[in-house]
Amino acid sequence: MSEKFTVDKIVIASIILLLLGLPLLGFSQYVMRIVILMGIYTILALGLNILVGYTGLVSLGHAGFFAIGAYGTAYFMIQHSVGFIVALTIGTLLSGFMGFVLGLPTIRLSGTYLSIVTLGFAMIVQVVIMNWDSVTNGTLGMSQIPKPNILGYDLNLANHGIYYLMLFLLGLVTLGCYTIIHSKIGRTLRAIKSDELATTMMGIHIDRYKILAFVLSASITGLAGGFYATLSSYIDHNSFGFDLSILILCMVILGGMGTIRGMYLGAALLIIFPEIARPLMSWRFVVYGFVLIIMMHFRPQGVLGWRSRRKYPIPGEVKKSYRMVEVEE
Amino acid sequence: MNLLRAENISLSFGGLTAVNDFNFYINEGQVVSIIGPNGAGKTTLFNILTGIYKVNQGKIYMNEEPIDGLHARKIVSKGIARTFQNIRLFSDMRVIENVLVGAHINTDYSFFDGLFRTKRFYEVENKKKQEGAKLLESLGLEGRLSDYADNLSYGEQRKLEIARAMATGAKLLLLDEPAAGMNHQESEDLRVFISNLKNLGYTILLIEHDMRVVMNVSDYIYVMDYGKKIAEGRPHEIQSNEAVAMAYLGDSEVHL
Ligand SMILES: Nc1ncnc2c1ncn2[C@@H]1O[C@H](COP(=O)(O)OP(=O)(O)OP(=O)(O)O)[C@@H](O)[C@H]1O
Ligand SMILES: [Mg+2]
Repeated sequence: MSEKFTVDKIVIASIILLLLGLPLLGFSQYVMRIVILMGIYTILALGLNILVGYTGLVSLGHAGFFAIGAYGTAYFMIQHSVGFIVALTIGTLLSGFMGFVLGLPTIRLSGTYLSIVTLGFAMIVQVVIMNWDSVTNGTLGMSQIPKPNILGYDLNLANHGIYYLMLFLLGLVTLGCYTIIHSKIGRTLRAIKSDELATTMMGIHIDRYKILAFVLSASITGLAGGFYATLSSYIDHNSFGFDLSILILCMVILGGMGTIRGMYLGAALLIIFPEIARPLMSWRFVVYGFVLIIMMHFRPQGVLGWRSRRKYPIPGEVKKSYRMVEVEE
Repeated sequence: MNLLRAENISLSFGGLTAVNDFNFYINEGQVVSIIGPNGAGKTTLFNILTGIYKVNQGKIYMNEEPIDGLHARKIVSKGIARTFQNIRLFSDMRVIENVLVGAHINTDYSFFDGLFRTKRFYEVENKKKQEGAKLLESLGLEGRLSDYADNLSYGEQRKLEIARAMATGAKLLLLDEPAAGMNHQESEDLRVFISNLKNLGYTILLIEHDMRVVMNVSDYIYVMDYGKKIAEGRPHEIQSNEAVAMAYLGDSEVHL
């Protein structure tokens, strides 16, 4: 068991080193852009995972939160000349707030109904984007979104600044997800997924936790959106369609719902796939669908969705004197 | 003063009166059992007491405070916790995690303590984990602490449900057929365990079909049939009650 523990640590340390040193390997800007996209999608998957993977609420509308984060950030950078960090924070909070607004009335809905409402939400967001010209520039989209500038440094592809910004955000979100999931909050979310009634009978206000999951999930997705806006410098309503929501969901399921490692793998696989299989591009949703069916049948927990076999750490020694019943076996 | 008291409670599902003008009370430190044939309304009574169903009529008092109409969640904080006849563990979570979810309402740190891993987070988490481990040990589950709940045997799962209910901090435990699915040794252990709970200051309301357990641990027994109370008394009184034997087993020749 302790062997496995060190193996885990070595794997994680190697990945971190590789990611930090990646720009030294001299890849083209084209490749680096794809790597950055992988990072964005990993953040998106981590965000959706909180809802789908841990809490068991299936959202088909996360493109909507992604759009709100992107447009919010872009709007404040362009129209109000606000700095990147502040604009990104506003975009993130805005998206989180929309998560609250959407979560509040829908939290009692279960299963399919919730999915349909979230689907409708994303559609409404798209329609608003197309029609709210004064803010979103309508169907023309927003262009010339400035690259992030932090403490006077322009971060772009050429100087790898934007890559390291992605790594920073990804690291932040990963750590945040980890600490939340490994606290009473995460335990409660998982309990809700497992059995809502039993969770209520532990005295837990489950609606509150479901809304919290919505807000967290939407905030993380909005953060990814804001970063995406500055990376691509142009956004329009087409970037935030139904297929995006489905793509994120596929990543979560493929990688392994309710795991952090799985989000990295799911995002990497589904971003690389269209790049190496260009001819299959127009068929990609057929392929995704096929992959999902195969997965659901043979490995419903996802590629990396295994249960930990490590001993659960209990701090300190547990004394043997508390047994009330002697069990003979 | 009664710890818990139900006065003339009734509940119907459509035309079926599952609980019919039922009265009972339980005093602190007692073990009181509710027995009766299948479909008598015992589980429905538990569902009423724990706020899952609202009564059509009647009042329920916990420490002389009315609790009928309270949300199920609030009833736990009044000190009542339960187990389920059809086991409802968090099956995809570990044994200790099940107990920690049970301890949630007295796990006292905030979202931000968890997010930023404050000192308080570690203090409270460590304390709760140790308490949880001790609780599991008291039920003989210490070897199963890291296992996932759905890998436990039936009997172990029932014990875990009791541990999870105890972790809420409630002193009144409602156990719905805890011995179901247990082998002879396990139900014997359970009997000892319930007696010990009593010594630790717990009060137990028990639904159970296993008469060895019921007759041995109960201070008082209520017998239910078709939602009505048909008898009550001490174990030896119930054992010698003809009406009970008739209703319960449909045969007055069978000895309880
Ligand atoms: N939610 C419900 N809707 C309709 N009828 C119900 C509901 N819950 C219970 N009943 C009915 O109420 C009656 C009492 O059921 P209950 O589960 O309380 O019996 P029980 O005494 O616990 O039986 P058992 O010993 O089999 O567990 C049964 O006839 C049952 O079918
Ligand atoms: Mg029952």
